[in-house]
This record gives sequence, structure tokens and C-alpha cells, in this order.
Amino acid sequence: MALRLERRAQHSQLMVTLSPVIAILLTLLSGIVIFALLGKDPFLSLYTFFVLPLTSLYGLTELGVKATPLILIGIGLSFGFRANVWNIGAEGQLTLGAIFGGGLGIAFYDSDSALLLPAMILAGVLGGMAWAAIPAWLKTRFNANEILTSLMLTYVAVLLLSYLVHGPWRDPDGYNFPESRMFSEAGTLPLLLEASRLHLGAVIALLVVVAAWVLLTKALIGFQLRVVGLAPAAARYVGFRQKRLIWFCLLFSGGLAGLAGLSEVAGPIGQLTPSISPGYGFTAIIVAFLGRLHPVGVLFAGLVMALTYIGGEAAQIEIGLPAAVTGLFQGVLLFFLLACDMLSTYRIRFVRQPAAGPVASVKPAAGEAAAQ
Amino acid sequence: MNLRDSLKRAAGLALAGGLVLAAAGAMADDDIKVGFVYVGPIGDHGWTYRHDIGRLAIEEALGDKVETTFVESVKEGADAERVIQQLAASGHDLIFTTSFGFMNATAKVAKRNPKVMFEHATGYKRSNNLSTYMARFYEGRYVSGVIAGKLTESNIVGYVGSFPIPEVVRGINAFMLGAHSVNPDVKIKVVWVNSWYDPGKEGDAAKALIDQGADMIAQHTDSPAPLQVAENRGVMGFGQASDMIQFAPKAQLTAVIDDWNGYYVARAKAVMDGNWESGDTWGGMDSGMVAMAPFTNMPDDVAKLAAEVTEAISNGTLHPFQGPIKDQSGKVVVAEGETVSDEDLLRMDWYVMGVEGKVPK
Repeated sequence: MALRLERRAQHSQLMVTLSPVIAILLTLLSGIVIFALLGKDPFLSLYTFFVLPLTSLYGLTELGVKATPLILIGIGLSFGFRANVWNIGAEGQLTLGAIFGGGLGIAFYDSDSALLLPAMILAGVLGGMAWAAIPAWLKTRFNANEILTSLMLTYVAVLLLSYLVHGPWRDPDGYNFPESRMFSEAGTLPLLLEASRLHLGAVIALLVVVAAWVLLTKALIGFQLRVVGLAPAAARYVGFRQKRLIWFCLLFSGGLAGLAGLSEVAGPIGQLTPSISPGYGFTAIIVAFLGRLHPVGVLFAGLVMALTYIGGEAAQIEIGLPAAVTGLFQGVLLFFLLACDMLSTYRIRFVRQPAAGPVASVKPAAGEAAAQ
Repeated sequence: MNLRDSLKRAAGLALAGGLVLAAAGAMADDDIKVGFVYVGPIGDHGWTYRHDIGRLAIEEALGDKVETTFVESVKEGADAERVIQQLAASGHDLIFTTSFGFMNATAKVAKRNPKVMFEHATGYKRSNNLSTYMARFYEGRYVSGVIAGKLTESNIVGYVGSFPIPEVVRGINAFMLGAHSVNPDVKIKVVWVNSWYDPGKEGDAAKALIDQGADMIAQHTDSPAPLQVAENRGVMGFGQASDMIQFAPKAQLTAVIDDWNGYYVARAKAVMDGNWESGDTWGGMDSGMVAMAPFTNMPDDVAKLAAEVTEAISNGTLHPFQGPIKDQSGKVVVAEGETVSDEDLLRMDWYVMGVEGKVPK
């Protein structure tokens, strides 16, 4: 009896949809084992991790707060990933969005104009787009790999923010500590619910999900993205302009990352500080793939990923689980997702006689994951 | 065991779990719950580790009248406020937030939860239910500087900095003044890693400094990595926040130890007795908040000198920041007979003579 992997003639649509679900179930099963090994009651631990945060209104609003930037960035990245444009630097674009939008908030810290917030939002989007334009230009002009350029620009962006809050934008009344003034009321995203931190950014994120869905299914650009991803040669043949798509994908994802950055600093943080994001730009890459690069999928994936963070905090407070368990869960989830993805391209066969020679030719084509 | 059995078992456990949670909530009235929010992992062997020792000291001192909770590796930013709020909402009476970056989040949550007492380390915002506390680590860094000044041969000290905030700049200056008090030729080179805890970056910074000729490594980051690099490269170094001698038995000269135990126990007891009051504490060697690890790997005369300097600071006859103090250009900015006031120490953003480079601004 032997296991054998066989390439499917066609992608299994069923498996494409099911694999995130199977991955989540397998992650939960591994969780049981991990908790048991840590000497904790596995079911109580799972309950605390994945259910307890959802049992209070405050917990639900916090889920929204945490998921908002992940969804915004995830949507943007999913467009590019469909067309094999690999923007890995969303964290940097987020930072630039925060700097552009937050810069306005600092300049007009005593303003009560109703125009301030819209201007900050616009500046945030433009900041993210400007930062993403650099890898787009390098890619289309010099064919420079956007994975490298966008990633490296992230570090530049974070240092730029650090310079600003340590220097020119430092709070003059803040004992030289590296943070800006707090933004005025007019420069802060309004709360949706009293006594919570759920802000307007969550509504914007939902609107973006809907807009992205329309764009992807009804607009020509969405069609082009899908064709480029599925069959690059065909796309070239019918004359899609590759460079324009690259520009679109990077500006789109950069703009949304910038918006996410602005909604963090003008939302729950309320000022510029040296560290404004716990790596949302990178986590959103997982969110995009977990959501199958589909807008609605990204919405749910963002919520699931947010839950792993909040659940991790609850697990520390209630049952004293170490913080590392959160990272462990996220890693295991990604691991199983990638493993399950194989099932959409390959099928498992049980073979009685071990076949002679190589058991299987496992050679997934590059870019296959993105093509789904 | 078939599927149905396991499901039953699962349901039973979930129910039992709920009961455990409920039981934990039902404590006697005068018992208190104390929560801690840490910026690093409790296993950093430095800053967070020492705060966690303080948490355990509360449990030790007050026994079953107190229950403590901690959340580690909380990012400074939007997450901190949620964690602090969750601690406040889950019945904690006293909450310690132990990083500067938690200040505004702590202040916001304190405003929203007037019945919960908050203590924020290293910040400056206070209110009726929000205290601040800090230790005068610069006193210990002055002693470290004296030792380095005596022992260095290259006259170059490598200093691994976290963020150029007043506390860290103050530490660099105190170290420099200590070194200059015994050796006017010492220079300090600083490398900023922009993190409190990042063993990889901290270690790389120490390597770069040693490559530039440093034969003493000091650090204001929380992992033992720079000290370990010193050990491996055959130079000397200083432990951070706790006695790190087990990481560098041949390289550690001493360490500036943070001792929060006394303060934490006193504050928890005050909440229990109902006489907790908001305030600002800045304790030094005299209060026991700052202590020196044993003086090791050095000649007896240097160890003796270090002990004398420690004693002088403890009993108040020596202030690390007493004049004359020159700035980098050589101008005397603190005249002989004067000392830098606490207020100026708290907002220090300039280097004394001998420190190379500029404070990042």
C-alpha cells in the first residue's frame, strides 16, 4: 500500500474553496495537541482563544478594529497577486500613508475644520501610492524585481517615520520623547460606537470590499487581471498592456495600504509614534492568500487573522498561555493552507503495489498558487 | 473511543472549563487582582524579565490574597490599549504597564476605568488613578563607566542603544561621565538598533562596534546578545537590567540590576489596604530600586573603586551629574558645584563631551 500524488487534469474548484476550511480545521486539531503538550486543558484553551473574544460587544468591536487594516491591505494585495505582481512592501506603503495623512493632522493640530479628515484620508492614500510608484517605475523601466524593491523600501519608510517623530515632528510638550502631538478631534476618525474603538475606517474597509468585488467581476480591469494570472501568454497575445497592469496593481495596493496606515494613526492611535503597525503589511499577505485572493474571502480571512491576535491576548490573560502561541497558530495555519492547496492541483491515490521508479513527479508550476 | 464518546468528552470539558472560569471570577472582596503589560517576552533576561520577577514577588509576599496576570510582547501602538482595557474589564484592581510606549493607551484606559488603579513605568502622564514610576538607572551606569574607564585599553566603548529617548541618552551621558572621572581619553561610539528587544540586531551592533575598536560593550537593549558577542570576541561588557553572568562568565564586569520587587509589593499592598494614591516615584540606589551585580573579571583595586563609587552614590555624597560638565563642543554647560536638575534629566537630549556622533533628531 502506498500513497501516490497524481496531477489533476484540471484544478479542482471544490478543493480551491475547501482548502482554507480544511486548513483551519487542521490548525484547530494541532492546537489541541499543542495545548495538551503545554499542560493546558485543550478545549478550554480553544474556547478562550477562538470563542471568548466574540462573546462580548467590546470583543466584537475590537475584532473590527484589528481586522480593518488587514482587510484594506489584503484587498489591495490580492489584485496584484492575481496578476503576478508581488507587492511585498505594503508595510512601507502603510507607513507612508500614515506619514502623509498624519503630517496634515500635525500641521493642523488645532484645527476644527470638517475638511481636515477628508484631506488626511486623501493624503494617506496618495502617500501609499507614491511609495508604491517607486517599485512600479523600477519594474516597468528597468524590469527590477518588485519583490525586492518594495520590501527594501519598507525599511526606508520605517526609518523615515522614526526620523520624523524623533526630530521635526516631535511633540514640543512631550519631554523629547519620540512621538508627535495628538491629532485634534477633527483629525480623528469618528467612532461608530460609544465606549468602543470601532471607527469609520471599518466602514470604509467594507465599502472597499464591495468596490473590489464589483471591479473584479464587472470591470475590464478585473477581467484583465484574471486573464494575466491564469494565462500570461494569452494575455500578451490579445494585447493587454502589461506595464499598465503593473502600474495599476502597485498603485491600487499601495493606495489601500496607505489608507490602512492613515486609519490606524487617525483611528486607535491618534498620533504618530515610531511603531504604528505590528506588521500588518506582512500579515495581510497571509490574509490575501487565506482569502483565495477574492474580496469576500479576504474579508473573512482578515477577521480570522484578527481573531488569532485577540484570542492570543485573551489566552494570556485568562489561562496564562505564552504569547508565542499566537505566532505559532498563524504559522501552522499558513503551513496547512499551502499543504491543502496542493490538493487542488493533485489528487491522492492509494496504490497497492509501490510503483517502480519515481513515485510521483511533484513539480508545481511557478505562480500556480497565484493563479487560483 | 468512538466519535460520539469524544464529542461528549469535549462537551464535558468545555462545560468544566466554563466552571473554572466562573470560579476564578468569584473571589473574596478584599482579595485583589494585579495585571502586568510587558513590551517584551518574559524570557528576555533583561527589562521584562525583571518586571516579571517583581510580579512573582507580589505573589510571594501577599500569597493567596492576590492573583496576578501578565500579557507579554505587547506591541506599542493600537494593540496596547485593547490589552490594558481587557485587563481592566476582567476585574483587575491594579495594572502595571511597563513600557514608555504604553503611556497614551494607559492614560486613555485609566480615564475610562476610574475605579481601577494604573501604574505606568517611565512616562510622565499622571491622573487620580494613574501613577508613574521609574528608577535612576543612570546611577548604575555611572559606576559601569568608572569600571570601563579603568579597564579599557583602546579607550573606545561601544554602546548599543535602543531609542534615542531621554532615558537612554541620560544613561550614555552618565556612563561617559563615570569613565571620564578616571580616564579623560575614553570615547563612546553609539549604535542605535531602534528596538528594545531584537537579539539579532543587538548582536550585530555589538560586532560592528568591536570591529571599530571597542573593547568594552555597554547596552541599553534588553537581551543578553551584545554581552554574548563580547564574550565570544574576547572583550568585556555589562549586563542589562539583570545579572547576566551566566551568559558571559568571562566578559561580564557587572550589571545594573532593576529591582522592582519592593515597589510592586508596596503598591499592591496599598491597594489591598485601600490607601493607594497616585504619585510619581523615581527611585535610585538609596531606595534599592537600582543595584549592582557583583564586580567580576576585574583587578581587586578596580572592584574596590567601583564599590566605593556605588557607596558614594547610595549615600548621596556623589551625584553622577554634578558639574563641571562639558557638552560635545567642550563648552561647560553645568558649572562646578551645580548638578543637573531632575527636570533637565528627564528631558535630556544632548551628549556630554566624549560621546561621538549626534543624538538622532
